[in-house]
Amino acid sequence: MEKQIETAKPVKPAIMTAKNVDVFYGKNQAIDNVTLDIPENQITALIGPSGCGKSTFLRCFNRMNDTIDICKVSGDIRFAGQDIYDPKVDVVALRARIGMVFQKANPFPKSIYDNVAYGPRIHDLAESKDELTEIVIKSLKRAGLYDEVADRLDDSGTSLSGGQQQRLCIARAIAVDPQIILMDEPCSALDPIATAIIEELMESMKERYTIVIVTHSMAQAARVSQKTGFFHLGKLIEHGDTDKIFTNPDNELTQNYISGRIG
Amino acid sequence: MSDQHIVSSFTEDMNELDSLVLQMGGLVEQQLKDATIALKKEDRELAKKVLKGDAAVNELEATLNDAAIRILALRQPVAMDLRNVVVSLKIARHLERMGDYSKNIGRRTNTIAKAEAFTGSVGTLVRMSEKVQSMLKSGLDAYSQRDAEKAESVRAEDQQVDQMLNTLFRELLTYMMEDARNISGAMHLLFMAKNIERIGDHIADIAKETIYMVTGEWPQERRNKEDKTSKMIVDIADNEAID
Repeated sequence: MEKQIETAKPVKPAIMTAKNVDVFYGKNQAIDNVTLDIPENQITALIGPSGCGKSTFLRCFNRMNDTIDICKVSGDIRFAGQDIYDPKVDVVALRARIGMVFQKANPFPKSIYDNVAYGPRIHDLAESKDELTEIVIKSLKRAGLYDEVADRLDDSGTSLSGGQQQRLCIARAIAVDPQIILMDEPCSALDPIATAIIEELMESMKERYTIVIVTHSMAQAARVSQKTGFFHLGKLIEHGDTDKIFTNPDNELTQNYISGRIG
Repeated sequence: MSDQHIVSSFTEDMNELDSLVLQMGGLVEQQLKDATIALKKEDRELAKKVLKGDAAVNELEATLNDAAIRILALRQPVAMDLRNVVVSLKIARHLERMGDYSKNIGRRTNTIAKAEAFTGSVGTLVRMSEKVQSMLKSGLDAYSQRDAEKAESVRAEDQQVDQMLNTLFRELLTYMMEDARNISGAMHLLFMAKNIERIGDHIADIAKETIYMVTGEWPQERRNKEDKTSKMIVDIADNEAID
């Protein structure tokens, strides 16, 4: 790990830092002493076998694990220098700054327009109807969906195709002007074309946002991310530049996993 | 690291690629050996066999290229597997060139009417070729055993080949100055020696690529090259070689 940090390319400053993070589900430890920085305006991929803790770790970043009673998170997780587990932190506001996109697209059973307008409305981000519409259109454009739905904003969000629904969810996350977008297997239910569209979108989004993606697809991690973290049994085994991880990983476990070997 | 992929046909594909590299290497080794014996014994039949044999080397290269491209397309190899596939493609290229050089030696053997006038030089040439053959064998061993240290020592050995070329170069220039009738034969021998020296360079490159395949890092130190023939002048007056 230390060697890896030395040889890594100069990184952008970390917008999010996690230090010595442990997560327990009751007595079961899901995350074991993980320390990881998330550089700003880059895409960080978290990979590892099922049950390795990568999704659990992702959910620490916007306190999604708070919704699970038996889940206990300890360690130091900071967003722009601020401890996000400080009791004074407004979790709803935090989740607006750190949005999330899930494995299965989950649009509200509302119109496309209302899906995107939902966040700005509850966070009072628009002072007028025109301003709200402006946010909706801007968000749909940034999510690469606007051209496909411009003439049917009143149609139900659930009437869209799977890939479009996922981009609608991205637009919904973008609408509240987040800095970080967490993506948990965003393309696992999509066909290759819809996947490629999302990946292309992620590439363009990273100029404005920081993205952390959990993916089961090695190829996707290799294609979209600049940094990759490999998790195994709750531990962060290796973390570094994606091109390094996929050409010459330092750790044998990483090597075995990414090359599809019996470890 | 485990040798076995979860998908066993992936492991089979990688093994096939390895065996193609080694098969090609073995064939080139034999071609060079035959070309050298043909020169030593003035065996024209054997030289002809070398000329014909090059087609098999080229054919193997094409088969290997296809196998490697197929793995890249269908398996999307990463890490050690990726390095292995890319390096095998590079090694195949080197081996194909080495096959061409061996063929060229065979062709010149047929051209030289009598090499008797240059018994000493032919002896040096044969030693040079034997050195290169042993380097090739070690280089292929280093590849198949994934042995970076062995590859490093093969890389270092190439200096000796360069030194032999320097000696031969001086020697043959002297022959040419002594008697203009020597020029034709000496020139051919010189080209053969240069071919062998080039083969040595290719083996050094194979060793370098093997190191990369095994360690993931390109060797940092530059290899010492001793081929000084491009700066060599022989003064007619005192017949001495000057560096």
